[in-house]
Amino acid sequence: MQEITREALVAKASELFEKGVVDRMLGWKKGEFSYDVTPGVFTSMDEVNKDFIWDDFCGANFSKYLLKETAKTEKKVLVFLKPCDTYSFNQLLTEHRFDREKVYAVGIPCNGMADPKKLKELVDGVSSVDFEGDKVVAHTLFDGDKELACADLLPDRCVHCKSKKHVAYDELLGSDGEVLDSGRFDEVEKLEKMTPDERFAFWQGELSRCIRCNACRDVCPACTCEKCVFDNPNSGVENKAAANSFEEKMFHIIRAFHVAGRCTDCGECSRVCPQHIPLHLLNRKFIKDIDAFYGDYQAGEEVGSRAPLVNYTQGDLEPSEAVERGNHHE
Amino acid sequence: MQRIGVFVCWCGSNIAGTVDVKAVSEALKNEPGVVFSTNYQYMCSQAGQNLIKDAIKEHHLTGIVVCSCSPRMHENTFRKTAQSAGINPYMVEIANVREQCSWVHKDMATGTEKAIILGKAAVAKVNLNTPLTPGESPVTKRALVIGGGIAGIQTALDIADAGFPVDIVETKPTIGGKMAQLDKTFPTLDCAACILTPKMVDVAQHEKIRIFSYSEVTQVKGFVGNFDVTIKRKARYVKEDVCTGCGACTEKCPMKHVPNEFNLGMDERHAVYIPFAQAVPKVATIDPRYCMMLKNGKCGLCSKVCAAGAIDYKAKDEFVEEKYGAIVVATGFNPISMDKFDEFAYSQSKDVITSLELERLMNAAGPTGGTLLRPSDREHPHTIVFVQCVGSRCASCAEKGKEYCSKICCMYTAKHAMLIRDKYPDTDVYVFYIDVRTPGKNFDEFYRRAVEEYGVHYIKGMVGKVTPEGKKLKVQASDLLAGEQLHIDADLVVLAAAIEPDKSARPLATMLTASMDTNDFFTEAHPKLRPVESPTAGIFLSGTCQGPKDIPETVSQAGAAASKVIGLLAKDKLLGNPCVAHSDEMMCNGCSTCERVCPYGAITYMDKEFRMPDRTTKVRRVASVNEAVCQGCGACTVACPSGAMDLKGFLNRQIMAEVDAICK
Repeated sequence: MQEITREALVAKASELFEKGVVDRMLGWKKGEFSYDVTPGVFTSMDEVNKDFIWDDFCGANFSKYLLKETAKTEKKVLVFLKPCDTYSFNQLLTEHRFDREKVYAVGIPCNGMADPKKLKELVDGVSSVDFEGDKVVAHTLFDGDKELACADLLPDRCVHCKSKKHVAYDELLGSDGEVLDSGRFDEVEKLEKMTPDERFAFWQGELSRCIRCNACRDVCPACTCEKCVFDNPNSGVENKAAANSFEEKMFHIIRAFHVAGRCTDCGECSRVCPQHIPLHLLNRKFIKDIDAFYGDYQAGEEVGSRAPLVNYTQGDLEPSEAVERGNHHE
Repeated sequence: MQRIGVFVCWCGSNIAGTVDVKAVSEALKNEPGVVFSTNYQYMCSQAGQNLIKDAIKEHHLTGIVVCSCSPRMHENTFRKTAQSAGINPYMVEIANVREQCSWVHKDMATGTEKAIILGKAAVAKVNLNTPLTPGESPVTKRALVIGGGIAGIQTALDIADAGFPVDIVETKPTIGGKMAQLDKTFPTLDCAACILTPKMVDVAQHEKIRIFSYSEVTQVKGFVGNFDVTIKRKARYVKEDVCTGCGACTEKCPMKHVPNEFNLGMDERHAVYIPFAQAVPKVATIDPRYCMMLKNGKCGLCSKVCAAGAIDYKAKDEFVEEKYGAIVVATGFNPISMDKFDEFAYSQSKDVITSLELERLMNAAGPTGGTLLRPSDREHPHTIVFVQCVGSRCASCAEKGKEYCSKICCMYTAKHAMLIRDKYPDTDVYVFYIDVRTPGKNFDEFYRRAVEEYGVHYIKGMVGKVTPEGKKLKVQASDLLAGEQLHIDADLVVLAAAIEPDKSARPLATMLTASMDTNDFFTEAHPKLRPVESPTAGIFLSGTCQGPKDIPETVSQAGAAASKVIGLLAKDKLLGNPCVAHSDEMMCNGCSTCERVCPYGAITYMDKEFRMPDRTTKVRRVASVNEAVCQGCGACTVACPSGAMDLKGFLNRQIMAEVDAICK
């Protein structure tokens, strides 16, 4: 259950539409089922009243949508940002990807979202869901109602939530939190402890399910190139991705390299993956290594910050120190 | 499709000794695009070059691969060869089958296999090469010399005498450097000040030379011919153009217990000071660490006694920005700290001194007025022990000292020993050495004189321990030739401390993007053939910043550096490197990553209007490369997330083609 209500968000939207501050809004829309939420653009209060929803299934991060939407309007775009979304928002500003003046950002608190994949794993035939405090009641087609704890449905990225603090907003509804120490590298450490063969087998098992739908790339707020290297026959990378029978690994490894140092760890890649591949673990390994080599750095914490990989300081590690420093990071 | 010719060089037996050159030229015949392939004994010879030219004409070649030595040796040679036969010089690729192949392999089969692979990679690249044309850039006809010691002074004088303006930046209040602190110079024993100070005066009077003393270089931008340098002129609280150097302030200043760095802390100066009598510029400087007026606003005495009205307590650091065509590094050396050599009791006894401190003790302008007196009790020492190689040639104790030979210590120790024996014949002088190194004109004769005519006791062996005991220093040492332990009661122990590059050199090298070795000495472009140039174009090396040197060597290297600078400044235009970055605007997403990693500030962003397929226009932020400033380092091309940034001559797809050819 979220701290802020849908009514409060609608009231805020109504105020901003009426004043003429914004002429469009990025928000969550009901899909086929109540747990099947989709991002939407609302251009009037009628649309908002009709289709806008806000509950624990509203996980989508709207930062990347601002690129297109800000280009379409002379006024501002209203966007609701959860704490983790604000990091993507700042990172995109660092990369000059949209005009800050054209955005009215409303920060909203987040108690952690619900993962429809976990819901479906736990309960069959869910028709709709109600949230009551820290409980979830799932109404099913054949089996009556099932009660679950919200915690059971927390997606991995929320279990290891890195921050409840908003790093960017024009206006904040509800409360602001703190940066958390949530052990988000625990799983990475488990992978690091494997032998190379075990690790390869793990990733082969995970990545072999990849169907190359590109959803992870399309949703990723760090993937905003005008032309993606995987869509560019001249990049020399497109073919490499299909170099052998385990081609999927190349796509994901190249993508992880491309977003290294810019990935804010928003977890959208894993959220949208239809094959349930824990893609965020690849990115977290990069974040962990960069932290270990160059000192702690959180992409998107500050607009204009220089990521360690594109910065030089005299304290930068020498190649001879890489193994040592990499091994001793907490 | 390219028509490529492959030319495999034997380099005598350098390559042919471990690489089957015939097999290489045969194997490369079958590579895509190759229409001609041959091998020859010396491809760089006139005959070899003619072979290339003839093949270009006969087979209508459009590209060339030379399998030979490092491109740093002969790439230019073969580019010129190709150009004279009518094809673009950038259609030439070198496969380095010598340094990276034949020299590192002993086995013919392995060497040959690798040479073929390297050749294939070069062929794959040439297939994608396109003709490139270098741009031109103007040359700013002004040189910057960083460091005002004898190296910097000589370089500046030589450049200025050729008619080009020179600026010297010196961090101390006066130029002169270490040589100004020396007493006599080997092997002629002429007085250092007598030969140095006229040069300092020449510098001061030269109409083409400006001295920025008490100043530091804080920022360097640009490239050969067009450096933009920011110089910080530290506040000296005395107006340089008003001060007459009368010295009245330095006498009246009540803060008179400031350690005098010119005499290495062996006596004291005032808070306002002129480092020494012949200082250039002869201007007072207020030391803000000690001046009462600057610290708490009480005193102002110097201002009252200054007839010229030169004192300015409100002075601030000033920043000067200037353009230069060439930069000479002459940052010099310092003796290493003796902190880690406690066995010689340097920190325990005032009478254990370094050789540079002895120079001051023997100098007429030094703390003792030139009479050799022990620092502790100002008595004449009668037994003096010199210890050579303190921290030099310290291979087994790298954390304490230096692995290299400091080169000058053998000679100055012989000089010290000789001078002491000459002036004070009742003194016993011992010199402990590993071996005595005296290569140099009249050097060995000089050393022999010390031993034979002046009766200095040279003992092969090292001093193990020095223990202060009462007024004596107990020296425990071994005599390796006699095979015995020696115990000497010395009055004075002199340590020949190793020398190391000045601490300012490392950050300066970073600013200049000039490379250094592990000891922080600047690296030369080629150790034998380009000894006064840094590998970074437009950066030149003078004096001990490049390696240990004595004065004659420093002066000749300073002159050599000057001649290289003059050669550069005499040109009106420089041909640029056409291998520069360029941005594909259709792919650039304006993220600024390339701008952030560019060390030369060559990339700027602009909003540009693009026509979209549906006839609308869209304004996008895109990167633009200033080709005159770009040095082709390629940092931007690897940082660009979308692959919009590419490097001409080293296109991403060319590199990929090379990797593919190697991995096939």
